[in-house]
Amino acid sequence: MRIEGKGRIDRGNKISFRFDGRDHHGFAADTLASALMAEGVRLMGRSFKYHRPRGVLTLGSEEPNALVTVGRGLAADPNTRATMQEIYEGLEARSQNRWPSLDFDLMGVNDLAAPFLGAGFYYKTFMWPKAFWEKLYEPVIRRAAGLGALSGKADGERCDKAFAFCDVLVIGGGPAGLMAALSAAQAGADVILCEEENGLGGRLRYEDEEIGGGRAHLWADDMAERLAAMENVRIMTRTAVTGAFDQGTFGALQRVSHHLAKPGKRPRETFWRIAAKRAVLCAGALERHIAFRDNDRPGVMMAGALRGYLNRFGTVPGRNVAVFGNNSDAHRTARDLAQAGVNVVALIDSRHDAENLAGDVPFYPGAQVVRGLGRKGLDGIVLRLPNGREERFAVQALGVSGGWNPSVHLTCHMNGRPVWDERLLAFVPKDGAVPGMRVAGAARGRFSTAECLKEGADAGLEAAKALGFSGDLPRVPDAEAGRYRIGRLMAVAGKGRAWLDFQNDVTVKDVKQAAAENFRSVEHMKRYTTQGMATDQGKSSNVLALAVLADATGREIPETGTTTFRPPYTPVAIAALGAGAEGKGFAPERLTTSDESTRARGAPMIEAGLWYRPSYFPRAGEETWRDSCDREVRMVRENVGVCDVSTLGKIALQGRDVGAFLDFVYANTFSTLKPGRVRYGIMLREDGHVMDDGTTARLSETSWVLTTTTAAAGQVVRHLDWVRQAFCPNMDVRFVSETEQWAQFAVAGPKARELVNDLLDTPIDGEVFPFMACAERQICGVKGRLFRISFSGEHAYEVAVPARYGASLFGLLADRAEAMGGGAYGMEALNVLRIEKGHITHAEIHGRTTAFDIGFQRMLSGKKEFIGKALAARPGLLEESREQLVGLRALKPEQPLPAGGHLFETDAEPIRENDLGYITSTCFSPTLGETRALAFLRNGRARHGDRIRMVDHLRDQVTWCEVTDPVAFDPEGGRLRD
Amino acid sequence: MRITCPICGERDRREFYYQGAASMLDRPDPDADGQVWSDYLHLRDNPAGLTRELWYHEAGCGAWLIVERNTVTHEIIGTELVEAADAD
Repeated sequence: MRIEGKGRIDRGNKISFRFDGRDHHGFAADTLASALMAEGVRLMGRSFKYHRPRGVLTLGSEEPNALVTVGRGLAADPNTRATMQEIYEGLEARSQNRWPSLDFDLMGVNDLAAPFLGAGFYYKTFMWPKAFWEKLYEPVIRRAAGLGALSGKADGERCDKAFAFCDVLVIGGGPAGLMAALSAAQAGADVILCEEENGLGGRLRYEDEEIGGGRAHLWADDMAERLAAMENVRIMTRTAVTGAFDQGTFGALQRVSHHLAKPGKRPRETFWRIAAKRAVLCAGALERHIAFRDNDRPGVMMAGALRGYLNRFGTVPGRNVAVFGNNSDAHRTARDLAQAGVNVVALIDSRHDAENLAGDVPFYPGAQVVRGLGRKGLDGIVLRLPNGREERFAVQALGVSGGWNPSVHLTCHMNGRPVWDERLLAFVPKDGAVPGMRVAGAARGRFSTAECLKEGADAGLEAAKALGFSGDLPRVPDAEAGRYRIGRLMAVAGKGRAWLDFQNDVTVKDVKQAAAENFRSVEHMKRYTTQGMATDQGKSSNVLALAVLADATGREIPETGTTTFRPPYTPVAIAALGAGAEGKGFAPERLTTSDESTRARGAPMIEAGLWYRPSYFPRAGEETWRDSCDREVRMVRENVGVCDVSTLGKIALQGRDVGAFLDFVYANTFSTLKPGRVRYGIMLREDGHVMDDGTTARLSETSWVLTTTTAAAGQVVRHLDWVRQAFCPNMDVRFVSETEQWAQFAVAGPKARELVNDLLDTPIDGEVFPFMACAERQICGVKGRLFRISFSGEHAYEVAVPARYGASLFGLLADRAEAMGGGAYGMEALNVLRIEKGHITHAEIHGRTTAFDIGFQRMLSGKKEFIGKALAARPGLLEESREQLVGLRALKPEQPLPAGGHLFETDAEPIRENDLGYITSTCFSPTLGETRALAFLRNGRARHGDRIRMVDHLRDQVTWCEVTDPVAFDPEGGRLRD
Repeated sequence: MRITCPICGERDRREFYYQGAASMLDRPDPDADGQVWSDYLHLRDNPAGLTRELWYHEAGCGAWLIVERNTVTHEIIGTELVEAADAD
């Protein structure tokens, strides 16, 4: 119900929304929780395990009970805390974890079975038979338990990510945070002020008190305006700082459009990464409750929340209200309620020596609430008086305060441990727990407004000064300076179930049982009972559970310790953390300059790393990819083919010492290479295994171009940078990747020169341009590069032009090749051509093979030092029994030799012990008319001509084959020299 | 985590590639004993405390850095270029 004259809402602005299919009304500035409370709705959810009816407990993000799903379908947001959801016209919310309805939940039967469902129930019960877990128990439990559900559809891109930088990050916009931001900003620091709620003020928005002679919440509004007007202050509301990380990095979740009826193109949430040179934590404090029998009835809530709903929203959950606490702050709730005209039936303070600070309300010092009455809503409480007598009161609402816990969470994210304060009966942060972060105000256990203002001002200025700024402390206004007093009461003794963790349904008895079963460590107790493991992470219950465990094990709380607070402080959707990394954001597309033309020719594309390359170019009448592939292979062998090879890494090197540098990074020698010539090289890792291979061209005395495989382009640049910077600092050599600056096309086949000459401004012949020649040439009037190199084994060239001419050159080459009886060819044909020639790719140099293994041992120069030389000479890497590169041909020509298949002697059982090697690459060779493969075979070079058996256990294939030289076609290489 | 590249300034760690211990800089002589080479390749200290590591500013200037870091607190004590400034 709404109290006349109370609340800071806009009563002139009525808003309608729906909850569980019913129409409701609230006012602008209401949250879903406050609006429902005003309409008399107390039941807002069902608990996780026992499906107990639950009402709202808090007014912040720590809310464990009032979780709802907002919206429908793809736009549905499950597990939204009703306390944080601002209402808007047309808002639609539904309760969760109930069936068929919130009011009548069939799974409530779990509550009757509660005696059997205590701590460790699942561990003890569903042990066997083992197979039942996956098929029966888990699915059933998952359906019965749990929170709201996602739509099950791809989320789209409804979240965003962003980065921010500042001198001083102020976390929390309450009295301490406002003063911290002001003093740091006045000193000249760039300040970001993050506040989880939709406006600044923190607790001041929920209190009835004065600052500097005026209303405290209005002072906060003034401060917000003042800060917003400063150029060096950025205020981020609805932004919860969720984690503190190394070197001043913070994660923060901004709720961008949850509160908007029409979000438009705005993201739902933005995940921020904020880099701050200094931080001031002003996160305030969170109230905890007290465990007593049936303390979870809807209508029982935190005392601070009860008065917050009254002061900010003008709502109370019922006409007759009681307040139960163990500390002085609870009295403020009774005071505010009474002053607002609400019937305060009792103020109960467990401290015998407590003084009544609430004014004219019935006061029961030394008493305790032993039971809550009612089922779907509180209708009474039972009080135990100091003399032991019990008394019943009819109330619809009970405010409970078990004390306040400083919000130390962020101070623990870098392994800091909070310290137990016996005076506050709470954990307080340890100084310096996060480098560069100060803690001020209630987060440090300074609970009065006056202390918060002063501490915030000090901390903000100190943070700025540490960065070299200077300034004076701003004037700190007068404010509430009451002293906080608390007496120890965590759980009221008595029978029945007293709840600790509302969200995960953990009772005092469960914690005691855990202790009795020797789960005495707080971390073990937590996992055995699930205490604090729900989305609220036990913010209002962990300390109670620790205290119960401490009592049950005869220890003090500091000895018992606390569980570890880890990021995030509040739940963060995976979609927000991964914003921008879905689909193509995760794997961006790299397209070659021929991409458009290639797709227009109907080529299916395959991925090569992030690149997309054509698989084959289908022509009319071709029914399978093999038809096209075989035709393309024949085309190259008999005529001419064109293939985009721009994806290969291209590194331009310049300097007097490039030759010497390449001698050091390559196993073979490059310094002897003459300008105008190209040489093939292999590069080893320091451990002696092959890293990459490719050709390097020397265009002039001091200018070189090195190519890498497509797959290893990045790795090779990194490696070259490493070798040069670490070991060759005095060499005159500089290099840069120019992979994307050049479009490069292979032109291969007997008619290759004819086609190339068609486009060259000055034609070439075999004399001026022999095999392995290179030069800068004018190509159709454009300055480009020409290399006479061949991966296909045919007379071939690679023609390179600046990338902007790539599309047009590819079009020209492909069209003219077609006119000559050839055409473009794709990756399938390229692969067949190179397998026929025994050329290796990363299928062969896969990281576990050496130059010895692939038959390139003779390339390792004995005359110079190079990376990998010493360790490639280890005896174990040079044994003849190693698996060596061989060719294989199927004895029945069409039988497959699948890559991944293993090799065995013809008479050996195909088991691991008899394994002789494996196939790395395979194809049907139209040139040779048989299935060919490259493989690694033990002692393989000595076995050419032998028959062995290939067994592919996965595809259930057995193929008899003959071991051959890896080079199956044109072993003398006459074709490429023609 | 943030690392200060001596060339580019302080940057997010996602711009960097992590390699491993800075002992990779102490490359043995070509004719050193096989055991020396093997130790160079395989043996690494695993300190709880100060450590010197190699990072590569891959999404930046391409500089290799030696980063001195505390493995317990994650504090970065300092960064320097692998290629000494006066090398050439």
